[in-house]
Amino acid sequence: MPVAFAIHDITADGSLTRIGNNLVDGVSNGAIWALVALGYTMVYGIIELINFAHGEVFMIGSFIAFAAFGWLGLDLATALPLLILGLLLTLLISAIASGALNTMIERVGYRPLRDSPKLAPLITAVGFSFILQNVGLLWLGGSQVSVPDLIGSQETLFEVGGVEVTKGDALAVLATTPLVLALVFFIDRARMGKAMRATAQDPDAARLMGVDVDRTISLTFLIGGLLAGAAGLIYALYQTTIWFHQGFEAGLIAFTAAVMGGIGNLRGAVIGGLLIGCIQQISDNRIGPEWTPVIVFAFLVLIMVVRPRGLLGEETRQAG
Amino acid sequence: MSAALDRVRDIDQRVPVAAAILFAVLLPFFFDGGSPFIDDAILALAYVVMALGLNVIVGFAGLLDLGYVAFFAIGAYTMGWLGSTFFSSANDGDGVHVLVTGTAASLPGIHINFVLVLVAAVIMTTIAGIIIGLPTLRLRGDYIAIVTLAFGEIIGQVAANGDQLKIGPIWDRTVGWLPLVPTLGDEATLTRGKAGISPVDKIDLPFTEPFTSLALRPWYFAALVLVLLVLFVNIRLRDSRLGRAWVALREDEVAAISMGIPTVKTKLMAYGAGAAFGGIAGAFLGSYLNTVNASQFEFTFSIFILAMVILGGLGSVWGVVIGAILLSYVNNWLIPDVLNGLPAQLGLDFDLTQVSFAIFGFILVIVMVLRPEGLIPEKTRKQEMHGVGTGETAGAGSDVELELGDVK
Repeated sequence: MPVAFAIHDITADGSLTRIGNNLVDGVSNGAIWALVALGYTMVYGIIELINFAHGEVFMIGSFIAFAAFGWLGLDLATALPLLILGLLLTLLISAIASGALNTMIERVGYRPLRDSPKLAPLITAVGFSFILQNVGLLWLGGSQVSVPDLIGSQETLFEVGGVEVTKGDALAVLATTPLVLALVFFIDRARMGKAMRATAQDPDAARLMGVDVDRTISLTFLIGGLLAGAAGLIYALYQTTIWFHQGFEAGLIAFTAAVMGGIGNLRGAVIGGLLIGCIQQISDNRIGPEWTPVIVFAFLVLIMVVRPRGLLGEETRQAG
Repeated sequence: MSAALDRVRDIDQRVPVAAAILFAVLLPFFFDGGSPFIDDAILALAYVVMALGLNVIVGFAGLLDLGYVAFFAIGAYTMGWLGSTFFSSANDGDGVHVLVTGTAASLPGIHINFVLVLVAAVIMTTIAGIIIGLPTLRLRGDYIAIVTLAFGEIIGQVAANGDQLKIGPIWDRTVGWLPLVPTLGDEATLTRGKAGISPVDKIDLPFTEPFTSLALRPWYFAALVLVLLVLFVNIRLRDSRLGRAWVALREDEVAAISMGIPTVKTKLMAYGAGAAFGGIAGAFLGSYLNTVNASQFEFTFSIFILAMVILGGLGSVWGVVIGAILLSYVNNWLIPDVLNGLPAQLGLDFDLTQVSFAIFGFILVIVMVLRPEGLIPEKTRKQEMHGVGTGETAGAGSDVELELGDVK
């Protein structure tokens, strides 16, 4: 699709600036969706549950980051070294809080239902999603709240042939990459990552091999929550506005991304996130932002129906 | 022996049902014809119709539908399109009038009698149900939930942005193809977005005056008739061959297929039937609420109806009726009128109405964790939810927990 638009642009205005800008914005947005999508894909990979509340965990992550700016006294006047330190501390706070929240949801809402029909935990997940949305609603009210623009999100960092790369774009990509790499490394190499892959493949066999399945599942939720909290902070810095409904939207977008990449597949979730980010930007820019949800949902239906295993082909459960 | 027992049980059941119907018929006479209680009761009855519809899809057939609001929307828009001044240029501004009396008969726009609109809404939503159902046929249970959710959101978003979609010219071009359809004019759009189509024609039945928004009793009885009709159809469906096929598919799809149950037809029938009930309630609410407004058709509404089904008991007809009435009163009376000031009294700075959906979310979690079979459980569902072996084992009073009750 981007290729088609690129050709269209060359014939229409003779340059690639517009599609270039679309793609830059798309990739930076998509990087955030990728972080959220990883949480979906890991949880689905290990217990085959769509953790419907995951988007709301991300939203709470944003809210905690916003609150942490207040606690730490971070504002536009903060000097650069202090700002970096403060942001790292905020990252720690929001990630840990979201991770703890996600783990708690699993403990209360999903673990007691592990032997029930699959509909049961899905319904509690929807329930938690609503509870958290209303927590967000009470916390910061029903409208968009602006976050101090600590990094100058819209300021241009550099420009190549009319395509602007803003500081926000750079932050989204630079902050996301190490997190994704660390996760992939952890799951591929670490002992606990191996336990996660084993549990995903066959929980009973894993238990027989001495894996503490409950603890492994908790860990999966913890990591998913950590990433969602980090994504929440990056989103707040990037968009500079947050509100209670962002989690619902982000949740569905990220879930679409996870399905696109083949659910259970970590690399797929990242690619899916980037793709859906670009689709959104192109739709925002060319059709109108009010139609973007329709486009995204239509893609979701299309992918699930035509290629339920995702664009990358076989469902690779090795990734947890 | 067992036939005799069944008959005794049938009679046992008939008494409370007859009492409940009698109670429902007499109820409005204890209240003033315009009282808020009757208003809440009418909404409750409309929600009962919807919850019974969703129960066919989720409860009987076990297909988790998170986008049920789509059928509410389609039913309501059918009412809005065919019973308001919305298409004011229709028939060159003279309007189209079919079997309507009173003021509606002289207004521009399309005005079709409510009973015919109801039929149209049933047809529209059944088709929509099948269209939404078709792509989900091959999918796993949880994927069905997301696809239906996505469809519900698409319909909601199209309703919200439908004021940008001009349908007039498209209709013009089709005139030669369907000459009976009057042109809608160049400016006709699909919906009126969040502004809403309003006013909407009132119910207009033969031998009575058209309903008004001041006297609520006729509305109440109309809703009650719809509920009884839907209840009758629901129970007959449940006990039919089709109903047993739904349960069989829900319990074990592979076994059901090998017993010769046609999956495609059976699942589509569930979607179609469940959607039709939603369409009936949608058309009724469109007329009663006097507006068809995109902000009515949000995801939260799907969850509101789902919570009724879950609370009452998945698959249990009477449970769902109770669940719908309970939650409807919780939403329209208990939270806004009775408990709304509670947080303020506790020194908290918010109104309870703001967080009503947290309460429904909470109900979903609590019911699923503590009593997954709902308030009034359906027998087989109860066994299934507790992971107890169904059939003979459970019937013999054994409570052996199957270790791997959820074998995939």
